[in-house]
Amino acid sequence: MFAIEILDLEKSYQLGFWRKRKKVALRPLRLTIEEGEVFGFLGPNGAGKTTTLKLLMGLVFPTAGSARILGKSMDDPQVRSQVGFLPEQPYFYDHLTARELLNYYGQLSGMPVKDRSSKVDQMLTRVGLIDSAGVQLRKFSKGMLQRVGLAQAILHDPKLVFLDEPMSGLDPMGRREVRELIQQLHHEGKTVFFSTHILSDAEALCDRVGVISQGQLRGVGAVAELTAQAQGRVEIIFSAAKIPEAFTQLGAESRLRGDIASAVVSDAKQEAALEILRRERLRLISLTPVRKSLEEYYVQNLQPAENRKGVGV
Amino acid sequence: MSTGRVGSIAFNTFREAVRDRVLYNLIAFALLLSGAAILVGEISIDIERLVVINLGLTAISIFGVLIAIFIGIGLVSKEIDKRTLYTVLSRPVQRWEFVVGKFFGLTGTLVVNTFFMAIGVFLALLYTAHRFDKMDGWVLVALYFIVLQFFIVCALSLFFSSFSTPLMSAVFSFALFIIGNLADDLRGFARMSHGLGGWLATGVAYLVPNFASMNVVSQVAHGDPVGGRLILYNTVYALLYSAMAIAGAVLIFQRRNLK
Amino acid sequence: MKSRHATVVTAAVLLISMGGALRSLVAIDRMQRQAFAQQTLYINSPKVLRRLCLGYTGLLADIYWTRAVQYFGEQHHKGSGDFRLLAPLLQITTALDPKLLPAYQFGANFLSPKPPDGAGLPGSALELMKFGIAHNPEQWRLYYNLGFLYYTELKDYARASEAFAAGSRLPITNEFMPVLAARMAQHAGEFDTARMLWFTTYQSSKEASIRQNAVEHLQALRVDEDVARLEELVAKYRQQTGHVPARIGDLERAGFIHGAPVDVKGHPYTLAADGRVEVQDWKDIPFITKGLPPGEVSPGPRVSK
Repeated sequence: MFAIEILDLEKSYQLGFWRKRKKVALRPLRLTIEEGEVFGFLGPNGAGKTTTLKLLMGLVFPTAGSARILGKSMDDPQVRSQVGFLPEQPYFYDHLTARELLNYYGQLSGMPVKDRSSKVDQMLTRVGLIDSAGVQLRKFSKGMLQRVGLAQAILHDPKLVFLDEPMSGLDPMGRREVRELIQQLHHEGKTVFFSTHILSDAEALCDRVGVISQGQLRGVGAVAELTAQAQGRVEIIFSAAKIPEAFTQLGAESRLRGDIASAVVSDAKQEAALEILRRERLRLISLTPVRKSLEEYYVQNLQPAENRKGVGV
Repeated sequence: MSTGRVGSIAFNTFREAVRDRVLYNLIAFALLLSGAAILVGEISIDIERLVVINLGLTAISIFGVLIAIFIGIGLVSKEIDKRTLYTVLSRPVQRWEFVVGKFFGLTGTLVVNTFFMAIGVFLALLYTAHRFDKMDGWVLVALYFIVLQFFIVCALSLFFSSFSTPLMSAVFSFALFIIGNLADDLRGFARMSHGLGGWLATGVAYLVPNFASMNVVSQVAHGDPVGGRLILYNTVYALLYSAMAIAGAVLIFQRRNLK
Repeated sequence: MKSRHATVVTAAVLLISMGGALRSLVAIDRMQRQAFAQQTLYINSPKVLRRLCLGYTGLLADIYWTRAVQYFGEQHHKGSGDFRLLAPLLQITTALDPKLLPAYQFGANFLSPKPPDGAGLPGSALELMKFGIAHNPEQWRLYYNLGFLYYTELKDYARASEAFAAGSRLPITNEFMPVLAARMAQHAGEFDTARMLWFTTYQSSKEASIRQNAVEHLQALRVDEDVARLEELVAKYRQQTGHVPARIGDLERAGFIHGAPVDVKGHPYTLAADGRVEVQDWKDIPFITKGLPPGEVSPGPRVSK
């Protein structure tokens, strides 16, 4: 059974009151997520990530298509007792304390009364808010609200957790904690579907990522798969007043900054390049294999189409 | 299970309203009432009872309607704007449960508010007359009718806020409150007109809320009794009208995409 | 699907509760209408009301005016002859908006005639008209109504003449006003005067119900005049022949009239055994005073509900 099975889900909005214009928020999306997987949904702001999540949560209704969550139709209310959701930049009832808020959400999720309060405290401890449990949320900082948001998403022990930009607005410490939390969830066997526009997060956490832009899915795959196209090249950095002629003959892409030069050559020509350095008595500083990063993939694939044509790939 | 969820939402709405210092209006009310009771006692003869009841009940009604409208219009739109609704509706909560829960939370707030104000009125009556009269009982009926009006106003402001901006919802709700107080005259107008216009007028006159028959303040101030059948019919009417408005709100809200 | 099920249930709740609410509203209406007659006006001081309505006097005046009309219609329909609230309702209406002319014109018509056609309060009607003239001294219609009131209800011809004369001196007035003033002064030619009054009413009003009322009065006047003339002829016939004519045809044969005279509905007048002239369809002709069977009164106007 798939955790999430999205079958050509599609959403467009009508804009304007008198003269209707159609705005496509999500082109038909087909995507399946395995149980126990950590899936990163990548894309720039406004690409359709939040729309997808809202569709799956039943907050907006699809123009066409359907989805199955944990084997059930997505508009089956029962599904949602096994799903946790953290919206982007969450905001909660100002006048409630963190503990009251989690209690309220516990009731709404149908958690049994007897272990609700112990579960709430456990969750507050887990996100590091137990000391502020009795403080009204209007006195919370943005980072603390994000933690409350995480706590409410996993409070009822869901099998599947949706996190919309869980790391945004957090300081480096906070980001690391969220990463750790996602990893813990992964170890507990839960499925995590999170959206982000920050690549390093996805790179560090995800089994697979999907890349979306302008409402369209551009590619899905393991991070390694997507970045594997690094066809064995190395970057050689050395100190030199000028780049030797011989490097150009090797077909290297080289650059000189001050008296530090860098050159990228294919694996096959690595020995020849080093031979040139020895011959010219130039000092080698470093030699690193070039692995195409997710970022490069991202930049290459998500550049506006006309730009890419101009480059002439 | 669903009564539990509706109850939780209602209680949370109530708690939010109370912590938002809604009940502070009680202080203004108490000052107004005690000030008036003392002042009128000094400058006028024999109408203390009249003034306490008229002023007290009118103030209860106005305060309550203002609270009903200004909280009612924000109940749904505020949760959408602040996206608190996302974390509620992503749980096994149906949208109708949310709307109904909000309605009961707000009416609950108003009932509690009215209860404290009513105590104030009776204390003022006791202060002016030094004892309770049998006809003071009818004041309770007038209070009950005022609460019934709150039910309708709450339901209407929820209804309008399910599809309109808060400002427009407030305008609509307040306009309907005014029109509803003149509803019997409106039905009178409709009876006198004929043809297509007459049909239209009749339709509008019967569809707007009828508050006119629920306003018995001056009647009870003069110690006149209120008929049992009027109590029954007003109750039935208010409950069904609220149900109608809530059902309308649910129908619209169920289809709504939350931006 | 689940959500469709919820929609159907909600729609059903909406329709059922709407139906129930309307039914209980109808029940409330029926009850309130019964109670209207015993109703007391809790605020019966126009001054207090003026302050209470925070400046929205125009709207409130319109509402009170509607209430007055409805109250009158309701009580008239029931035929109870109890019009206690009418005068205060009109007072409040005109105090709230002294320029509301229909309130004076109709109001006087409601107040002055004897029950069951009106409240039988010509004094209140007079007060209302005087209040109206004090606040609208440029309106000839109010002087006209006042003169009319003096003439028809109070039979005070001198005052009626004064009122018409005052109205005739206004910059905007009606050509019949000075004539009416003169007629009143002479106190002659009852039928002609009355005809002129009603004709003026007819011609100077755009309101359908007023015009209809005027037409009915003009028709009644014609019938009354016919009956009076026929009865004169009957008396003359009796003088000449020593006996009463058996039928109208006898008058024709005696050369008093040409053809069989008919009333406004086209039915010929008949003669009773004692020589009285009778109108066959007197029930269909409101306001007539002559030609009725003994002991009957004219049915009066049909007030449209």
